[in-house]
Amino acid sequence: MSLPKDLRYTEEHEWVKLEDSKVRIGITEFAQSELGDIVFVELPQEGDEIEADEPFGSVESVKTVSELYAPISGKVIQVNEELEDSPEFVNESPFEKAWMIVVEPANLSDVDELMTAEQYEQLINEED
Amino acid sequence: MKELKQTPLFPEYKKLGGKIVDFGGWALPVQFTGIKEEHNATRTAAGLFDVSHMGEIMVEGLNSLEFLQIMLTNDVAKLTPNRAQYTMMCYENGGTVDDLIVYMLAENKYMLVVNAANTQKDFDWLIAHQIDGVEISDRSEDFVQLALQGPKAEKILQKITSYDLASITFFRLASSVTFTGIQNEAIVARTGYTGEDGFEIYISADDGRKLWNTLLDVGEADGLVPVGLGARDTLRFEANLALYGQELTADITPIEAGLSFAVKTNKQADFIGKEVLKKQKEEGPKRKLVGIEMIEKGIPRHGYEVLVADEVIGVVTSGTQSPTLGKNIGLALVSSDYTTIGTELFVQIRKKRVKAKIVSTPFYKRS
Repeated sequence: MSLPKDLRYTEEHEWVKLEDSKVRIGITEFAQSELGDIVFVELPQEGDEIEADEPFGSVESVKTVSELYAPISGKVIQVNEELEDSPEFVNESPFEKAWMIVVEPANLSDVDELMTAEQYEQLINEED
Repeated sequence: MKELKQTPLFPEYKKLGGKIVDFGGWALPVQFTGIKEEHNATRTAAGLFDVSHMGEIMVEGLNSLEFLQIMLTNDVAKLTPNRAQYTMMCYENGGTVDDLIVYMLAENKYMLVVNAANTQKDFDWLIAHQIDGVEISDRSEDFVQLALQGPKAEKILQKITSYDLASITFFRLASSVTFTGIQNEAIVARTGYTGEDGFEIYISADDGRKLWNTLLDVGEADGLVPVGLGARDTLRFEANLALYGQELTADITPIEAGLSFAVKTNKQADFIGKEVLKKQKEEGPKRKLVGIEMIEKGIPRHGYEVLVADEVIGVVTSGTQSPTLGKNIGLALVSSDYTTIGTELFVQIRKKRVKAKIVSTPFYKRS
């Protein structure tokens, strides 16, 4: 299972990519494989504030609805509009095409608190 | 966590990549390769389902017909040996104990196939009303039940039996069918829960794994795949087949759920719930089950509220994105004042009110 080393991860199975002073957020390969065929993605709008550990959207498979939890607090500055018409990107390309939002963090250092790839790998091995 | 019950097929799930979930206390596969893929295979070729968790209750004896006429809403007297009937079992207030299929195996011998989670409840309910000349036994553990469903079902099953399957027409059965290489005879019925043609096969638990593997082998060339509970749910939902716990509950009558055809209020026997159900049938129920289709983006799900203006007029009982139609659709139990096709309403999806309209059902009908 793919697990890029340069990303940070959360217990809710999101990934966070630091890009200069912004962060890009999506869900992991493990998350999409657990969810199955994704048929709907609900995301916030540009300009919305998100708060760490609070829901900022949801992904729905044929069978279930799962909330997306914000890894950090900040302001949404970009939303992947493509997922509205192509939710299957979440299954096909969770780390690339299916990025969900770009956020301007309230505290950039919050990213350092998140799990590394090694730590996240341990977590999913325990869950699997 | 309490130990989950397993069907005799459990060892096969892992080999086929099945993803196991807790389904009402049973360890069952929600999917093998994926819900959409399994769904589409069943609609276009064939799917094989392990439904051994379903309950089989035998009702036998000289007074079994008299007994079943009191317990069940449909007219059991219409059955002759080797015919089956869809029916409800109701409470006095018209609420539903369970929906089930009653198979007449022979004179004074009936098999009730009931929902897994309701097996004990149904058995207790039957025992509580038992009359002389009737024997009731829970035989659920003796049977493996496999459902072979889809347009290729007959072609595939015919490969392993000399019994003329075409002679078993819809809602009929044969009670002693022999399969190549399998020891015990099986009950084969042309029934199902997918909206497709197909069979439900009841065989001795010892022969279950062998029959499952044999069918997958001989069916592969025709596109047969194993199917999990996820696609079983989307298939039955598109065909507007009720799921107990969602469209039917102790608080929902079969009349409200649009199942009047299985409630014969003009039969002579005073079956349990008759008075209430007869009145509902004559006067029309206050709530009715309708189909809804989302106009705005969103997926209706079990338990979501349905509104007109700011008033809650009902609740979604089932909903998903239909794999066959690609539309976001649902079934909802709503006030009878709002059941006209085309009526616009809103579904409360988390914090948003999302526009939908009433559409006709079933969403899918095989051609």
